[in-house]
Amino acid sequence: MTLSLNPSPSLQPQGWLRYLSFSTDHKVIGLQYLVCGFLFYLIGGALAGAIRTELLTPISDFLPRETYNEVLTLHGTVMIFLWIVPVVNGAFGNYLIPFYVGARDMAFPRLNAVAFWLIPPAGILLISSYFITGAAQSGWTAYPPLSITTPATGQIIWILSVLLLGGSSIFGGINFIATILKLRRPGLGLMQLPMYCWAMLGTSILVVLSTPVLAGTLVLLSFDIIAHTGFFNPALGGNAVVYQHLFWFYSHPAVYIMVLPAFGLVSEILPVHARKPLFGYTTMVYSIMAIVFLGLIVWAHHMFTSGTPPWMRLFFTIATAFIAVPTGIKFFNWLATLWGGKISLNTAMLFCCGFIVNFVFGGITGVALAQVPFDIHVHDTYFVVGHFHYIVYGGTVFVIFASVYHWYPKVTGRLLNEPLGQLHFWLTFIGFNLCFAPQHWLGLNGMPRRVAEYDPQFTLINQFSSAGALLMAISTLPFLINVVMSAFNGAPAGDNPWKALTPEWLTSSPPPVENWHGEPPLVHEPYGYGVAPGELSLEASSGRDLWTLGQGDQR
Amino acid sequence: MRIPPAILTLLTGMALVLSGLWIGQNVNLLPADASANAPVYDELFKVLFSIGAILFIGIVGLILYSLVRFRRRAGETGDGAAIEGNLPLEIVWTAIPAVVVLFVGIYSYDIYDRMGGMTPLNDHSMHGMQHSDERTWGGISPVALEGDGAIAPLPVDVTAMQFAFIFHYPDSDITSGELHVPVGQPVALQMKALDVIHAFWVPQFRLKQDVIPGQPTLLSFTPTRAGQYPIVCAELCGPYHGGMRSTVVVEEPESFAAWVAKNSPNPPAESPAAVQS
Amino acid sequence: MTSLQSDSVAQEANATDHGHTDGHADHRIFGLATFLVADGMTFAGFFAAYLTFRAVNPLPSGHNYELELLLPTINTLLLLVSSFTFHRAGAALRRGNHPLCQRWLLLTAALGFSFLAGQMKEYFALPFGLTDNLFASTFYAITGFHGLHVTLGGLMILIVWWQSREGGRITIENQFPLEAAELYWHFVDGIWVILYGLLYLL
Repeated sequence: MTLSLNPSPSLQPQGWLRYLSFSTDHKVIGLQYLVCGFLFYLIGGALAGAIRTELLTPISDFLPRETYNEVLTLHGTVMIFLWIVPVVNGAFGNYLIPFYVGARDMAFPRLNAVAFWLIPPAGILLISSYFITGAAQSGWTAYPPLSITTPATGQIIWILSVLLLGGSSIFGGINFIATILKLRRPGLGLMQLPMYCWAMLGTSILVVLSTPVLAGTLVLLSFDIIAHTGFFNPALGGNAVVYQHLFWFYSHPAVYIMVLPAFGLVSEILPVHARKPLFGYTTMVYSIMAIVFLGLIVWAHHMFTSGTPPWMRLFFTIATAFIAVPTGIKFFNWLATLWGGKISLNTAMLFCCGFIVNFVFGGITGVALAQVPFDIHVHDTYFVVGHFHYIVYGGTVFVIFASVYHWYPKVTGRLLNEPLGQLHFWLTFIGFNLCFAPQHWLGLNGMPRRVAEYDPQFTLINQFSSAGALLMAISTLPFLINVVMSAFNGAPAGDNPWKALTPEWLTSSPPPVENWHGEPPLVHEPYGYGVAPGELSLEASSGRDLWTLGQGDQR
Repeated sequence: MRIPPAILTLLTGMALVLSGLWIGQNVNLLPADASANAPVYDELFKVLFSIGAILFIGIVGLILYSLVRFRRRAGETGDGAAIEGNLPLEIVWTAIPAVVVLFVGIYSYDIYDRMGGMTPLNDHSMHGMQHSDERTWGGISPVALEGDGAIAPLPVDVTAMQFAFIFHYPDSDITSGELHVPVGQPVALQMKALDVIHAFWVPQFRLKQDVIPGQPTLLSFTPTRAGQYPIVCAELCGPYHGGMRSTVVVEEPESFAAWVAKNSPNPPAESPAAVQS
Repeated sequence: MTSLQSDSVAQEANATDHGHTDGHADHRIFGLATFLVADGMTFAGFFAAYLTFRAVNPLPSGHNYELELLLPTINTLLLLVSSFTFHRAGAALRRGNHPLCQRWLLLTAALGFSFLAGQMKEYFALPFGLTDNLFASTFYAITGFHGLHVTLGGLMILIVWWQSREGGRITIENQFPLEAAELYWHFVDGIWVILYGLLYLL
């Protein structure tokens, strides 16, 4: 652990206590997000376990029916708002972005701390509602009139919790935009930034533009519940479909908020372990911007059976399908990054490859779902459940794991155990596919979502799916053991075990409070791999030998 | 004799496309089709499945090949090739997906049109089908159904509530918990919800429509295969959402007429097919 | 580099008042502007809901409310003038004239609270309540949310007024609190203009 060199009479705690304090150090905050998020992942996973246990049999025999609906509501809400969004944005974003722009910290360190500290209370509030008053029962989508007619207390607590978490996300977004646009080190151009910065810039634009709409909508919903207004209550003259439009205006960009940072992280990890430059930097940037723009205008593809007019459905089909183009470009670029490389098949690389395979599968079902006539049959069925889990779990969660394996040495100064990592990967990959691939067939053949009982002909397939979920749960163990034990017993990593070129590797592991001793390095080519052997020495233990401080132009 | 890489790539590509097409045509993942639009849907499904299979197998193949061929061997310390981009290649793999996506979009629009989804719902030719001056908010109009217009659609009022579907036949004044329909005759469901949002879904018809309080919707179809098929509620509506199911019984016209006669408090004098709406 | 250098750098990293770090441009106005974009999007959601309800859920006939225009128009003028007076306060501060700055600020606050008083007067005169129908609920939700912003803005103006006194924290060197409050106030004014157009004129 790095001791603070700050001579000012600050009362900042030292050592591990920093992680429980209101620290304004972006590295501390990043780790707070990561650990807090992972704890919520375990809670969300337990909730998933309850769901898959219920679904072992075709009748409702495990949980009381209302409780089951609370469980599925909390599962979605916890995974989205307390695990994925905070971790890919808040954890990795806060840790890495200042390094990448050559800054000592984020633009607004205190706002950063506030943004993190909104999360534990919001999460505790949400989880405790399950035990104390009964949680919300209307799904993470909270469609009225159901959300107005189910018990009010749980729903209001849910709304309050999501408002706090949305606020946290917005504060983070403001911070990332300001840091990336305004805090770049002198001499560092926008098109020289590591790709993760562009991904976070695009994501933060989506956060700032769409999250407030959700906030306003949930405020109106709470008025309907508490004050008996009729915004979305047809019994009082309101319109339930308007809620859906407003909700999905945020919640579709939300999926890009969950996935774009993952795209950015993959762009950082692949070149290092393939020893090749990131293919097509410029088109990758334009693709991100295209995804951001398109992501804001496709929300109603979640509403193809709601009774929207045909012209509207047509527009949203075409726009949604077109997102496949910039996304596809990114995937081809990653494949081209691998092609011709010198690939190290370590755990980080394995999880990235798993990500590519899973996400392509999820993307294909996504293009299918974008087509109105196709969607009419599978909307609100297990086909959709399969689709989005391939994207958020097979996609983003795989990248989170890849990122942990990639940056753990930097953060802790120690290496993770490779064989345990490989075990973790294979258990996760097999378990995940066993759990979610069959769900596509279930949806196509008649199983709706959010149910505790189903047609008995689906029993065996559901049991396979639950077995996969069990395997996923077991796969957490080698990961946890690895992370905890390597913190004490792992081999020392040195500054740059991967011989990588981005700025965070050009300092000690873990980095000092001020990120670098001396001036931040100027890295013009973060993906400058691929020099012929002999021209560049990779035997140096520190990438610092590759760059002269203040002058980056090696080629 | 060493086969040039270009030929090898071409052959692999052709094998890939052919395999994808075969998979799309022959791997059947869907349930039986029992309505006129179901085979139309299944056409679209096969196309999407083929394209998806080609893409997925292709990409997985590329990754596996790369991981084997470009793997760092023990003791190797050098880098890979310093290739940062290739504009012609990038243009190709932007243009091809764009074309494919455009094709899929236009094709699915055609499918949707053939399923009747593009026909306006509040059409004057439907006079008498709609209740008073209520607007229909979504769904599929019977005007769009294939087949000669001589057969008038069978109107059925569907009421969705927590946690059942109730079917009422306005012509014969039957109220039932099951939906009985004759083979070959178009059916027009006028749907209303009493409390929360439900959804009416028959997997074998490939049709689903949300039933929204305050916003009556319309779902029309022509059953083509006799049998009993599940009606599934497909929108979370409360604790018994999973148990909210019914059955649609598609029967031959004679047995349907018999059912009507047996259940109706005032059976119509003529056969249902000739009843004017 | 010496340990002294690393100390000062660490100090910089832990500095709590960013307006005072040397060599760092002040990005707080940029951050505030981004926040106001987010806040604006909340209003955008409400406006979109309002317009959709108007188009798709018209009130049963006989309930179309004609809102009286006199009071809201006066309120609009009050807000527009108050933006001008706030601007003059900033100009006075930049010339180092604290008493003048304070007078302009007080005038701005008075205009702002007059707006609120006018809004209250309008509320009491309206023939409909919060839960009467969809139009009524939306009207109160939008104008109420905006009124909340005006109230917060008014309180901020009073705080800025107090800190703008001779010897207060707001000086030529530290203009940020006034600039920030001013930007916020212009935003609230701009939102009102849109609101006025959509709810009263349309």
